[in-house]
Amino acid sequence: MTSAPLLHVKGLRVGFATEGGELQAVDGVSFDLAPGEVLAIVGESGSGKSVTAQTIIGLTRSPNARIEGSVRLRDTELMNASEAELRRFRGEQIAMVFQDPMTSLNPVYRVGDQIVEAIRAHREKMSNAEARKLAVEMLGSVGIPEPARRVDDYPHEFSGGMRQRAMIAMALALAPDVLIADEPTTALDVTIQAQILDLLGGLNRERNLATILITHDLGVVAEVADRVLVMYAGRVVEEGTLDQIFYDPQHPYTWGLLGSLTRLDRPRPKRLPQIRGAPPSLLDLPTGCSFRPRCPHAFDRCTELPDLAARLEEASEHRDRCWLTPEQKREERGVEGRIGLEEPA
Amino acid sequence: MSGVGEPLLEVTDLVKHFPVKRGLLVDREVDRVRAVDGVSFGVAQGETLGLVGESGSGKSTLCRVVLQLLKPTSGSVRFEGEEIAGLSRRRMRPLRREMQMIFQDPYASLNPRKRVGQIVGEPLRLQGRASGAELRRRVQELLERVGLAPEHYGRYPHEFSGGQRQRVGIARALALRPKLIVADEPVSALDVSIRAQIVNLLDDLQDEFGLTYVFVAHDIGVVRHISDRIAVMHDGKIVEQGPADRVCEQPADPYTKTLLAAVPVPDPRESRAQRTGTAQP
Amino acid sequence: MGRFVVRRLLGMILVLFAISVLVFLIFNVIPNSDPAQRMAGKVATPALVRSITEEWGFDDPLPQQYLTTMEKIFSGDLISYSDQRDVDEEIVKGLPATFSLCIGAAVIWMFFGIVFGYLSAVRAGGLTDRLLTILAMIGISMPVFTLASIFLIYLTYKTQLFPSGGYVGLTEDPFDWAYHLVLPWTTLAILYVGFYSRVLRSNMLDAMSGDYVRTARAKGLSERRVMVRHVLRNSLIPVVTLFGLDFGATVGGGAILTEAIFSLNGVGDYAFESTTNLDLPPIMAITLFGAFFVVLFNTLVDIAYAYLDPRVRLGSSAQ
Repeated sequence: MTSAPLLHVKGLRVGFATEGGELQAVDGVSFDLAPGEVLAIVGESGSGKSVTAQTIIGLTRSPNARIEGSVRLRDTELMNASEAELRRFRGEQIAMVFQDPMTSLNPVYRVGDQIVEAIRAHREKMSNAEARKLAVEMLGSVGIPEPARRVDDYPHEFSGGMRQRAMIAMALALAPDVLIADEPTTALDVTIQAQILDLLGGLNRERNLATILITHDLGVVAEVADRVLVMYAGRVVEEGTLDQIFYDPQHPYTWGLLGSLTRLDRPRPKRLPQIRGAPPSLLDLPTGCSFRPRCPHAFDRCTELPDLAARLEEASEHRDRCWLTPEQKREERGVEGRIGLEEPA
Repeated sequence: MSGVGEPLLEVTDLVKHFPVKRGLLVDREVDRVRAVDGVSFGVAQGETLGLVGESGSGKSTLCRVVLQLLKPTSGSVRFEGEEIAGLSRRRMRPLRREMQMIFQDPYASLNPRKRVGQIVGEPLRLQGRASGAELRRRVQELLERVGLAPEHYGRYPHEFSGGQRQRVGIARALALRPKLIVADEPVSALDVSIRAQIVNLLDDLQDEFGLTYVFVAHDIGVVRHISDRIAVMHDGKIVEQGPADRVCEQPADPYTKTLLAAVPVPDPRESRAQRTGTAQP
Repeated sequence: MGRFVVRRLLGMILVLFAISVLVFLIFNVIPNSDPAQRMAGKVATPALVRSITEEWGFDDPLPQQYLTTMEKIFSGDLISYSDQRDVDEEIVKGLPATFSLCIGAAVIWMFFGIVFGYLSAVRAGGLTDRLLTILAMIGISMPVFTLASIFLIYLTYKTQLFPSGGYVGLTEDPFDWAYHLVLPWTTLAILYVGFYSRVLRSNMLDAMSGDYVRTARAKGLSERRVMVRHVLRNSLIPVVTLFGLDFGATVGGGAILTEAIFSLNGVGDYAFESTTNLDLPPIMAITLFGAFFVVLFNTLVDIAYAYLDPRVRLGSSAQ
């Protein structure tokens, strides 16, 4: 990092007290986000990706949550900020859009009113009329046709893609420096998804908008991300640039994810490569490497939890949590000429 | 019995309209939602037909109408050469053994109050195929066949993960040894690393039991993998159908082309090349 | 919208018709209810009974009797069998008491129901919540007559804190009017306060875990604003519709016990009396009166719901 990162997350840990015991949803996540960068956090259910994102803006604070670690936005430490202080950051410096735009907007208020509400929460001096004008502008800038008319529509009068655009418009109304998008296209049709990804990519470039994109879809990652964090069972298991992750992945879980992708431009494999087993229950994690039970390459050292470290000399920012040597990794990950996780014989 | 060369399932000009009613004292129809608007296709024994489309294309409605879970507005559905469109419930009953459905949501399609063993055994029990200890034995066999353990017989759905629940749904569909299984988005609600397991399981079961599949999904990649032929649906109609590879590699219809072009390519170099229009090293 | 209202009005007429026929038939099936017999009084000679029967048309075929009764209700000529009073007049006389009781109780139960429900939800799991829950449970489980009796014993007879009954007109003496209604209002409202606070609490807890609440927080809104403008607003919709139905039912007859115990001489009281005397005309009229209110409020509730929840706008199409 030559210049100071915009967002600096270090040692983030989030635990929830549940009936079955304490559940560690996030266990020591650290990353930096540079201005204008797009960071993708990839993982499945239980990986902790959403909890990480929500914790950054303090949405997970509650009596039965234990949150440790540091989240710095420029020079402000957000973790020990009061609720009132955090509220000033939310929406204005860090904005968030969520997965399902139908349920993420209040159905009884007009879309314009909800955007105006977001604006005026931070700009009390602004009049209603001015805020409304800004809302119309924002709707137009995200590609909603006839924004002056649609600003008075209710959420159910928008189509799914339009609703998500409206959510993005609302998030960006106050020109935040960071946008966190939690599975923004998962609930959308593939053609709409392409449009929204285009929109996000465009916004990132035009406004130098640093973006954290949370997703389980590596196709989406390949389209928009600069850097990638792969999470599994609450921990980061691999971290690197887009090309490093796709073309030189170092962790068996990443191999598995890449391997199970279907490629329309390649001939079909006889059998769809799979990862055996299932993501572990966070209440009952295996000792050592949490991927161990599903990994065909596990060996005795794997009962000791690997640290997240850069194991390749030429790539100091490419880190992973796997004890295999780089040579072993290169050997094991090739399956029938593609990257994958080899099925046990 | 279908004769040699005759498709197991043949659908001709199938239509399902939902009337939109309005009126003063009595409801009159003012408009119709054309969910399925004249669909024709055939599926041969042992084949997998993939059905792709976006939301609102009518693919889910089509599944239900083909299986006569909804009455068609018009058109023909022939199963093993026999016309089943518009059959009464009583006449459909014996045929239900031959055609089963797997649903999308593994959380909603299993009755949370029943044990897994009951859920899987119910079709056998209702059709009078087995009871008592014999029933239990057959159910446990099925559970093992789909990758679960016989002990899971006594557990409730909420004790399982999404992928496991979907396996239960598959076991239930298999219970009566149907000839045709219609799978409506069977893997969409599952984690990516589990999807491949279920797809492979369905593939294996098809080989073992000689099943014929209609596989509906919006994920074209998965559909292409498992299907022999693909039909693309849009606005209630099939806009293109043909061999899976051909449809995906040389689509003829403009909508199919748009659909395929929209699928994100999980390859950064390709993706960059597509965007800038130049070749990348 | 207009179409909707017309349909509901037509439906209302049908419902009222069906109810009137039903009540009439039921009444004529009850044994020992020969009105001529009872009208004749203590010295009921067969001749007297016969002449009353003829005069009042009790030997006409049933449909004929029904029509006559309905005619009389609407023309204001209906006379009670037992004491020859004009039924419609009696109902009108009882309206002020009934409305005072029901409207007053409604205001109380809505106010406390919402306040308690809101507090319970916002402090869910805490001491406030648990206390309010207990109170709500007591309110819901206490039958009206038990509660009223307890009040009467402890607050009127033993301690003379409140009057034991009777109604004082609002225009006569507002203070006295309220003074006489405090206990009846409380008796009637407690059940609903308990019920509504639970319903609101439950709706709010549901709404609080909703995605749009998460969005509201992510926008940086204050907790108060999130709770009131997002959570409460959405949670109130079902409460308002419930209120409409409950209020309609209360005016329509739910207040009978309370009126009777506190001798408020309202419509409910009159109904109680008439039922005891098996007096058909008042029963018919009051039943129709009650049914009218219930159906009216049902309709109003549906209209209000469409106003409160834009997704339900009648006659509009959503994408």
